[in-house]
Amino acid sequence: MDAFASHYTYWVTVLLMAAGLYIMIARGNLVKKLIGLSIFQTSVYLLYIAPGKLIGGTAPIVSGAFKVYANPLPHVLILTAIVVGIATLALGLAIVVRIREAYGSIEEDEIVAADARDADRA
Amino acid sequence: MRREPVLRVVGKLLIPYMLVFALYVQFHGDFGPGGGFQAGVIAAAAVIFYGLIYGLPAARRLLPDAVVESMVAAGALLYLGVGFAGLLLGGNFLDYFVLDRDPVAGQHRGIFWIELGVLITVAGVMLKIFYMFAGRGREG
Amino acid sequence: MMAVTVIAIILQRNLYSVVVLAGIYSFLMATVLVALDAVDVAMTEASVGAGISTVLLLGALYLCGGEEAKPMQRPWLPLVVTLVIVGALVYGTLGLPAFSDPQAPFHTHVVPRYLQQGPIETGVPNVVTAVLASYRGYDTLGEVIVVFTGGIGVIALLRRLRRGKGEGA
Repeated sequence: MDAFASHYTYWVTVLLMAAGLYIMIARGNLVKKLIGLSIFQTSVYLLYIAPGKLIGGTAPIVSGAFKVYANPLPHVLILTAIVVGIATLALGLAIVVRIREAYGSIEEDEIVAADARDADRA
Repeated sequence: MRREPVLRVVGKLLIPYMLVFALYVQFHGDFGPGGGFQAGVIAAAAVIFYGLIYGLPAARRLLPDAVVESMVAAGALLYLGVGFAGLLLGGNFLDYFVLDRDPVAGQHRGIFWIELGVLITVAGVMLKIFYMFAGRGREG
Repeated sequence: MMAVTVIAIILQRNLYSVVVLAGIYSFLMATVLVALDAVDVAMTEASVGAGISTVLLLGALYLCGGEEAKPMQRPWLPLVVTLVIVGALVYGTLGLPAFSDPQAPFHTHVVPRYLQQGPIETGVPNVVTAVLASYRGYDTLGEVIVVFTGGIGVIALLRRLRRGKGEGA
């Protein structure tokens, strides 16, 4: 039980990661897959930032009143990761829009079937 | 949407505040949470909000495509410029302490300019992506 | 609460509500991050995840259509794969240090130097900004270039040529 209390944050992260992964592989709609990807990414942010917190500490802005600070290094990494995540999301959505205009649908099964039909005909 | 009085009033109240808040976050990033990325996103959100209420052509009149596209590149160039300034003044690439006689003031200067570069690029990219998505128009 | 939101996202088929739920999820994540003392990250996650992401997703849904089709077959295989991965990850996390352990190598390797020397060397009390802009400035340059590349990628994909719907390829 002691392991539960001290590792609980990691398991929340794993749960969110699993949910994001499930959405990505089990759903056929392309936009929903991208949302699953962003959920997966946010669970990774939690994975990095949760161990940085020290109970009794504060945000890593140095001032005279506090002695213990949270770890600033993962904050820097994750700041970069968040911004890169939206660049990825924007590009992914642009590709989805083009797919929709080319195939008329954004469901994965219909797109694969349309490609198979074209391959048979060619 | 521009006929809706509630949206127009709320927009007129909020948009200047959002822009000022973006500047506050940008310049106060040294002393509190904030910095270039957050400020760029908030500034872009203010203009997107304006575009949502008054329509995309009105937003395009306010910030034409050429301005936004130059913003996208100018910020990255500014950042690289600061890096090369460090190189030309005698240090390594992206060294800040050579930018001024006092190394700590040099750090301040370097951080100020690169955060500005980050703000310009991030705001420009977010806004340009919004223009592209909103301006595409459904084909059917 | 975040688990409830995520499960609702999985099960919902109307994509507009999924987008709203994703915005709620982002705000909950930002709140959790503030509770973990990560204020810079929380501000970025709130503005980016709940603001820009929602706008982009709504724009894409306007162009694509807002309903998800019913899955053809029952998704047993993905469920099994996900559960196996969950089991492996939980087994792996048992080896990680306990929550808020000040002696973990995470906290003692290079961070004390940044926390002590950062404000003195750079004159900036916000250690996250000092590390981001000064100590690891090169990585931030890479990030700006990534954002720039994302922007021009979207321009290249979605630009319409003048006069009519003709696109080259």
